[in-house]
Amino acid sequence: MRDRTLWTWHVGAGLVILVLLGLHMAIMHLDATLGLFGTGDVEPVDWESVVSRMQDLFFTVTYVLLLGAALYHGGYGLRNILLELNPGPGLRRAIDVGLSVGGLALFAFGTWAALAAPGAATAAGG
Amino acid sequence: MGSQSVTFRVRRYEPGTDSEPRWEDHRIAAAPGMTVLDGLWLVKEHDAPSLAWRSSCRMGICGSCGMHINGRPRLACNTQVSELGGDIVSVAPLPNFAIVKDLVPDLAPMFEAHRGLAPYLVREDTAEQEAPTREYRQTPHELERYLQFSYCIKCGCCMAACPTVATDPQYAGPMPLGQAQRYDGDSRDAGFGRRRAVLSGGSGPWRCHFAGECSQVCPKGVDPAKAIQLLKHDLVFDLLRLHRRAPAAPVAEAPHGAPREGIPAAPARTVTDG
Repeated sequence: MRDRTLWTWHVGAGLVILVLLGLHMAIMHLDATLGLFGTGDVEPVDWESVVSRMQDLFFTVTYVLLLGAALYHGGYGLRNILLELNPGPGLRRAIDVGLSVGGLALFAFGTWAALAAPGAATAAGG
Repeated sequence: MGSQSVTFRVRRYEPGTDSEPRWEDHRIAAAPGMTVLDGLWLVKEHDAPSLAWRSSCRMGICGSCGMHINGRPRLACNTQVSELGGDIVSVAPLPNFAIVKDLVPDLAPMFEAHRGLAPYLVREDTAEQEAPTREYRQTPHELERYLQFSYCIKCGCCMAACPTVATDPQYAGPMPLGQAQRYDGDSRDAGFGRRRAVLSGGSGPWRCHFAGECSQVCPKGVDPAKAIQLLKHDLVFDLLRLHRRAPAAPVAEAPHGAPREGIPAAPARTVTDG
């Protein structure tokens, strides 16, 4: 049962990445095109633009979502690659635990960074 | 058109006697229309009487003579020497299986995985199955859903070509998974829940990378890679509670409620319990 659930989450995370990465690409790299629709003429990498996105709840939520989806998707893919090396049951368990702990630690760190960024930007004069 | 001289490069190995497999060359005259299986018989008759392989029907039906011929899993009886090109025909046992002797692979693990997925119609009406009175109702459209998967002859060529089977002993492989889909897709079957218990675990379709080699090499034109993707679809939709399965097809009713005349009785059982 477990493998079916893990794989389903993997596909779900892929879909989330597809949408959020598409949004990221549109905002960061299609700014000239989006400008035609009246989205303003601010450079997306300008300090003001970066800070305003950091302070926007929508972007904070999407950063955390994208982080979680990418970590899960990549972690599951890495697990598949490692399992192809045909490890024994003990090593297999260690891979599962290691990837889970490592993934959760990175997620916690990234989430903290996304949540702390608005305060840091304000303190820096944003 | 006369015969052409070709070299049969055959891999020999007898576990317990040989320390490792070795290649043997045998020169034979290949007549037009000669199959690799015919060539092996010539080699055995004239040069190597102890050479071992499996074969039976000689017409691509029984699935016994799957071999690695010129670097590709094929049926020896279904492969003409002339279609291979060149004058060397290399014949080795199917990869991804232990070797029983020479060209004989040990297919037992494949059939164990196959058996574990209940490759038959699973139904509630066991009495009707044991002593059929009528046929089960099925439309041509319902037949099309699984028909191509039923052409599988269990030769093991797909298993030999699968890169996942090569590295993951837990993975059931394209043949057993394709046959699970063959029965899951059958409107007369009610065994999805029973197969799901196995398919949802580590031996299920989740490790398939969709390399598609299984479908490329299948001598019967079956598409196991498609079957595996269909399995994934059905299992994930089942997990998400989006999978609606109709009840297993009932036995066909006699017209106007009357028993139909002239239907021959089912043949006597040839297998007894126990």
